[in-house]
Amino acid sequence: MAALSVMTGGGSWFLALALGVTLLKCLLIPTYHSTDFEVHRNWLAITHSLPISQWYYEATSEWTLDYPPFFAWFEYALSHVAKYFDQEMLNVHNLNYSSSRTLLFQRFSVIFTDALFVYAVHECCKCVDGKKACKELTEKPKFILSVLLLWNFGLLIVDHIHFQYNGFLFGLMLLSIARLFQKRHMEGAFLFAVLLHFKHIYLYVAPAYGIYLLRSYCFTANKPDGSIRWNSFSFVRLISLGLTVFLVSALSLGPFLALNQLPQVFSRLFPFKRGLCHAYWAPNFWAVYNALDKVLSVIGLQLKLLDPKKIPKASMTSGLVQQFQHTVLPSVTPLVTLICTLIAILERKTSF
Amino acid sequence: MEKWYLMTAVVLLGLTVRWTVSLNSYSGAGKPPMFGDYEAQRHWQEITFNLPIKQWYFNSSDNNLQYWGLDYPPLTAYHSLLCAYVAQFINPDWIALHSSRGYESQAHKLFMRATVLIADLLIYIPAVVLHCCCLKEISTKKKIANALCILLYPGLILIDYGHFHLGLALWGVLGVSCDWDLLGSLAFCLAVNYKQMELYHSLPFFCFLLGKCFKKGLKGKGFVLFVKLAGTVVASFTLCWLPFFTERAQALQVLRRLFPVDRGLFEDKVANIWCSVSVFLKIKDILPHHVQIIVSFCLTLLSLLPACVKLTLQPSPKGFRFTLVSCALSFFLFSFQVHEKSILLVSLPVCLVLSEIPFMSTWFLLVSTFSMLPLLLKDDLLMPSVVTTMAFFIACATSFSIFEKTSEEELRLKSFSVSVRKHLPRFTFLPRIIQHLFIISVITMVLLTLMTVTLDPPQKLPDLFSVLDSWLINSVTSLRKSGRGDPRQREEAPFTR
Repeated sequence: MAALSVMTGGGSWFLALALGVTLLKCLLIPTYHSTDFEVHRNWLAITHSLPISQWYYEATSEWTLDYPPFFAWFEYALSHVAKYFDQEMLNVHNLNYSSSRTLLFQRFSVIFTDALFVYAVHECCKCVDGKKACKELTEKPKFILSVLLLWNFGLLIVDHIHFQYNGFLFGLMLLSIARLFQKRHMEGAFLFAVLLHFKHIYLYVAPAYGIYLLRSYCFTANKPDGSIRWNSFSFVRLISLGLTVFLVSALSLGPFLALNQLPQVFSRLFPFKRGLCHAYWAPNFWAVYNALDKVLSVIGLQLKLLDPKKIPKASMTSGLVQQFQHTVLPSVTPLVTLICTLIAILERKTSF
Repeated sequence: MEKWYLMTAVVLLGLTVRWTVSLNSYSGAGKPPMFGDYEAQRHWQEITFNLPIKQWYFNSSDNNLQYWGLDYPPLTAYHSLLCAYVAQFINPDWIALHSSRGYESQAHKLFMRATVLIADLLIYIPAVVLHCCCLKEISTKKKIANALCILLYPGLILIDYGHFHLGLALWGVLGVSCDWDLLGSLAFCLAVNYKQMELYHSLPFFCFLLGKCFKKGLKGKGFVLFVKLAGTVVASFTLCWLPFFTERAQALQVLRRLFPVDRGLFEDKVANIWCSVSVFLKIKDILPHHVQIIVSFCLTLLSLLPACVKLTLQPSPKGFRFTLVSCALSFFLFSFQVHEKSILLVSLPVCLVLSEIPFMSTWFLLVSTFSMLPLLLKDDLLMPSVVTTMAFFIACATSFSIFEKTSEEELRLKSFSVSVRKHLPRFTFLPRIIQHLFIISVITMVLLTLMTVTLDPPQKLPDLFSVLDSWLINSVTSLRKSGRGDPRQREEAPFTR
């Protein structure tokens, strides 16, 4: 009884928050799920039933494997638990199979792997210290951060309704950030390298990591006013960072290098054939660019400046995923987007 | 109130939980020919929309009373009619006479769930929020925590239809406690006219208001209040029953539908005294029918008299709430033809005293949810019930620190243990006994749930699990009653204007 009272006493708000959101996730089990559910079922089937050499070539289903190898191994591990729920979901030819046990297994796997996210949030909270002592629980920075992260509704909707595995991936990222805050740079770098090989979209933040590690870890000392002491650069540290990244990448891509499948893997990971914008446009600069192109083409047609026969109908708004040519404005190639991104990043970096 | 944003968050959380639970299956889904309570509600919309009022309660070729005939008072029928008008606007197929029997579709489910949610949002939830705001002598944070626990009570979330009357009854309690006597009694009359089971709560209302009249003096203001209250009651009943007063046969038929005394002492397995005793002593076979009615009436009356008398002599809002619990529990344990869902009529008053006896109330509310397990399993609601029960338990445990507040005084068992100590001086370990009983009951509930779900009962005793459930519940509720019903223990302040 004493143990129970300690557990439910004052300092356990974090546990209550974590348990509460986990219970809410259980209630979201019967909600709508998108095609991503079938995507992950397919990947369970591919990694379980086929040898490694087939993983990035398999195309029975339209949802081919397009995440890096560590995620494939993750699905492989999950599939060994899945076989106790419903053997049929591991058949590659069972497209769109979604029995109630499959649903239960998949949903529970997301809820279970979120444990890493909860741990990472706990670690992040340790790094956040309120400067003034707050009596009110709801005003403590730790509490606010925990609520914002654990009860993040965007994450709840995408992970537990739409169906994805972002929870534990963000957990890895938050954990690596927490380690950087705690001055455990090597661990942070290692965790981020592992994360990149789980989902390569985190390359978005790789430049920030790179510059930060360079500045905080490779330069071992600062001048009294806080600016760089150029002669404190440590090559040993730079090499150890590089070695960490190299070893993780070797572990991930090594088997596929040995099988001479690297080009195939990269073409799956970076599908430029999918076009500038996805079927559902992300609210970024290129969406504005596309919209401007559309508006100008309509005006051009009205003012008879453009030839109607040369313009394809509903070229970018048809909801299809493919490459398009812009009508009025110049077309945008992948190289152009990379250069634009780098310029934008460098602008921020100069003020760092 | 300050911290209104926290209260808003709590309300929104309550709504979210209700909506996600409603995504699950409903009672009788995909089970022809009779389906379940969901089909009953849809059928009433069909009947009230398509037939004239005079035919609603009578058996006819258009209205087969054997197929979910109306057996609630007129306000339910009017409410169904209102929903039917909305249904007609959206999709007339849902309530077409005869052809819509057993109609099941995703859109219709959404409509039915939405009507329940809107009713909750308009009536029940504001009443809970107002009740918590009006609580005295506790901090704002505790008020909000109280609201969270009440809104997370699993029983009302899982039984997801037709508890409009509980919201109205709650407004009645609020009104009468805050001295808006006429509005309170109007709300309660409407509640009784919605579901006749609200009569479980009628005696405390009557005694409390009568006590107030006595306090004000029978020759002056008290008499005026009495007349006004009587007028309100008569007016509200007349208004609801007006269409049925035209002919005597109409009113009698409605009463016959509302109180089916032919159905016997109990049906199915329900957690009251009669069902538990009948395992050893087959009462239904021993006693003739009219004797059963008299015995149950007498026992019910005996068990609730002390509390009601005390309330009449010393009316106070706190005593009123405790008497509501006591009377509803008496009716549930001893009355005739009690349904499993009637435990909700006891749970609502217990929610109201949650802040005063957190430990016992939480225990009771957990057990009351468990008592409905057979019903919930039949409706495929295992996962939501486990999840909401755990959420409720965590909310109560963290809000009220229930495991720290188990002294004799806090359990309101002081006079009981003092009187026992007169004979047994060493009897000081009552709190520890209670704590251990709590843990044992929780473990038993978990085990019984697991067994009901995973194992099949032995062939000779097909209802083994349901009966074991009802024994457990009986023991807990009787313990609770002993701690509550004794008039010597309640030390509420005398009623002041």
